[in-house]
Amino acid sequence: MTENTNKSALLGRRDVLRAAAAGALAIAGSSLFSRHVLATPETAARTLSKLTGGGTAQEGKVFLKLPEIADNGNTVPITISIDSPMTEADYVKAVHVVAEGNPRPDVVTFNLSPSVGKAVISTRMRLRETQNVVVAAVMSDGSVYFTKKMVKVTIGGCGV
Amino acid sequence: MAVTNPRVKVPETAKKGDIIQIKTLIFHDMETGIRKDKKTGKLIPRMIINKFVCSFNGKEVFSANMHRAIAANPYFAFHARVRESGTFDFTWTDDKGETVKASRKIAVT
Repeated sequence: MTENTNKSALLGRRDVLRAAAAGALAIAGSSLFSRHVLATPETAARTLSKLTGGGTAQEGKVFLKLPEIADNGNTVPITISIDSPMTEADYVKAVHVVAEGNPRPDVVTFNLSPSVGKAVISTRMRLRETQNVVVAAVMSDGSVYFTKKMVKVTIGGCGV
Repeated sequence: MAVTNPRVKVPETAKKGDIIQIKTLIFHDMETGIRKDKKTGKLIPRMIINKFVCSFNGKEVFSANMHRAIAANPYFAFHARVRESGTFDFTWTDDKGETVKASRKIAVT
């Protein structure tokens, strides 16, 4: 019991340190050390629009299962489900996963055929830092649907 | 390619028209290309599996174009609707163009 209390006290101190470090970084980020090597929501949006063919995307139909807090940014599980009947006439053609805060925004593109039957896909990805993950689905009629979700990353995926 | 046997999970049997789940896992470091060698300070060149294809009886069902942000040991879980017996073929291709293949048979009644 005493050990536990000690541990939590220790964690508390670390949290304070971490918060201080984050504050310092934020100040640095606003001046010289801009995150020029990392993608921004704008570059991510550009990448996405290039991937989806530049059409206007609507929010919806895409659902994400992502941890709210990812302890390890090196392997973050993601499950994507898309509301589609997956028939020859109406199916999901492609799914693009984009990370707004990684050095390179593109993560993966899935190409689907009607024989997939059910548009539910799981994989694991790397996330450099706390950021939005954007997933866009291109339907067989050319329409694009997207959704985004914020993931808090405790330890960043090293070198992504 | 410095990889071991991929692990693939496909049900052995299914009913006609069923949607089955397929899971694949392959062991690979997925070197991102922006990590530095701690001794020399030089960038370690990118070496990832960039393409995964799953086909059924020769026809592509599902594929993935991977970039550097896919985690080490790429894992995919996806689905397929089966209407006839046949073979699922899986191919992974890395940056050097080397491939690893696996296949699984399914009996559909």
